[in-house]
Amino acid sequence: MNRIEDIVLRHADREGPLLPILHDVQAEIGAVDAATETRIAELLNLTRAEVHGVVSFYHDFTAKADPRPVVQVCRAEACQARGIEAMMRGAENAAGDRVRIETVYCLGLCSVGPNARIGDDLHARLDSDALAKLVEEA
Amino acid sequence: MSTVRISDDAVARACGADRVSDAFAKLGWTVERVSSWGMHWLEPLAEVNGVGWGPVTPDRVAEIAEGGADDLCIGPVAVHPFIASQQRLTFARAGKTRPLSLDDYANSGGWAGLDRARAIGSEQVLAEMAQSGLRGRGGAGFPAGIKWQTVAKAPGDRKYVVCNADEGDSGTFADRMVMEGDPFALIEGMAICAHAVGAGQGYVYLRSEYPDAIAKMNAAIDLAAERIAPFRMEVRVGAGAYVCGEETSLLNSLEGKRGEVRAKPPLPAIAGLFGQPTVVNNVLTLAAVPHILAEGGAAHYDALGLGRSKGTMPIQIAGNVRHGGLYETAFGVTLRELVYDIGGGTASGRPVKAVQVGGPLGAYLHPDQFDIAFGYEEYAGADALIGHGGIVVFDDSADMAAMARFAMEFCAAESCGKCTPCRIGSVRGMEIIERILAGGRKADAVEVLPQMHNVRDADRSLEDQVALLEDLCETMKFGSLCALGGFTPYPVLSALRHWPEDFGLTKQAVPA
Repeated sequence: MNRIEDIVLRHADREGPLLPILHDVQAEIGAVDAATETRIAELLNLTRAEVHGVVSFYHDFTAKADPRPVVQVCRAEACQARGIEAMMRGAENAAGDRVRIETVYCLGLCSVGPNARIGDDLHARLDSDALAKLVEEA
Repeated sequence: MSTVRISDDAVARACGADRVSDAFAKLGWTVERVSSWGMHWLEPLAEVNGVGWGPVTPDRVAEIAEGGADDLCIGPVAVHPFIASQQRLTFARAGKTRPLSLDDYANSGGWAGLDRARAIGSEQVLAEMAQSGLRGRGGAGFPAGIKWQTVAKAPGDRKYVVCNADEGDSGTFADRMVMEGDPFALIEGMAICAHAVGAGQGYVYLRSEYPDAIAKMNAAIDLAAERIAPFRMEVRVGAGAYVCGEETSLLNSLEGKRGEVRAKPPLPAIAGLFGQPTVVNNVLTLAAVPHILAEGGAAHYDALGLGRSKGTMPIQIAGNVRHGGLYETAFGVTLRELVYDIGGGTASGRPVKAVQVGGPLGAYLHPDQFDIAFGYEEYAGADALIGHGGIVVFDDSADMAAMARFAMEFCAAESCGKCTPCRIGSVRGMEIIERILAGGRKADAVEVLPQMHNVRDADRSLEDQVALLEDLCETMKFGSLCALGGFTPYPVLSALRHWPEDFGLTKQAVPA
């Protein structure tokens, strides 16, 4: 649990530090589980319910770690206009159980869609083959 | 030694700009990474002595280095029709400067607005902001000068400037381009605002889907810290909730809470972040400020535009379009010009069916409406929004009933849950659209029970379902706490009115 204390301490002098703390926990530990919520609540003098309310509200935080590689695919309107929906089945087949495909609503590359993101790498102008290949190589 | 300029904007990088840069570097060239011109269909765009080639792939780099690759050459970039026909104020530096170079920024007129603001004092800054007529570019269109005056006058221990950089609308990327391409302009705008209203601390609330923008803004704030002192700035990263683009949700999120909407009043200008008077402005609003405060800018700004829509709007052309990208022009341009003349029609080559203006909460416009001038009042008059200035083009393969259903689904997925019309209405909306698509509704098992004697047990017709959807939309529009529930009816009802055939309806079934 020292890791949690380190992370909380890192943000101690910030106003409203909970979100930056949760981002670091999610990035370094892979999830924000119940024990972590309790520890963060103690350190910030909040109730666990308050922390859990925040963790469960935001799409970026998960209660359980999932070690699989993630491919984020944008399925918002601009990418839909360029045919992303018809490409999803192929991507899901390529993913199987090995890769997690996550839907995001907008990567801000709407003029060159359909788009996907793996880690901090962005991929534009995808077609069915390119997307399936990205998933296979993730 | 030859130098090539290549954008490091996320669009360019997603299209392979890093690999193209590497290929030039391998040939011994100096690569200068600059901001993007906004001609995204040409990215990655390589510029050598002002002449451009695009879209470049690594295997064409050797040819370009020798002055060949004529099929990719677009001639001098600065006079390309897409660029030459624009009126660029916010994006005046786009394509020209290195985003994190303080020298490039200062040499291109940077800090002139802040220096002048400090010289003339806060009263005069507030007066000039009001005179410019600048309206919030985030969607609501509230006059920025009035918001600033309210915060300046409001009593408070401390005051804040919060930049809403939670650009979650599909079809919008201008905020991202400012932060990645010209971050000091946003910083300068915030520093001017802080000076005018008496704020000591500024936050840029930036969505986690923009890793490049987060890195650039953090670096730029460090570099500019001395220049803007005693004003301090910090980037706060959102956590994937669309609703946090709404200003009161954003404030709750910044405070480390669930991003639930707050009821207004009190306005954030009176009681905002941590209960203190707070300016919340969009990236584009704040990035427009340095120009306005530079010598004579306010009058220049006021003279541009249409009616009460003053100045320029960075319009983001996206979706199924041949020439997608960023196009900044004075208000008043028509959708017909934007889609056909500037955008070049659809990328697929098929006829244009619909254009969604203003993000996922904006109306779908039919080609019959393409002559409406781009302006806040003009769009409101057509039951549409200009929102954050994004336009998404759809060709005739689009299923507008599916898009209407998606709008409700998106609202259901992203609702903060605080108000019933949005939380429940969106789910019910999906169900009604599904029933319309199924041709109406059969009385269900509960309704035909004998004890349900006061319930109508007959089947519901298609027309009944349409009326129910319209009624629900009315409730969401006027009963929701914020724009998420309040504006979702725009895409739904516009799809229903203009393309009833996609819902299996005739024109007559849908009252205008």
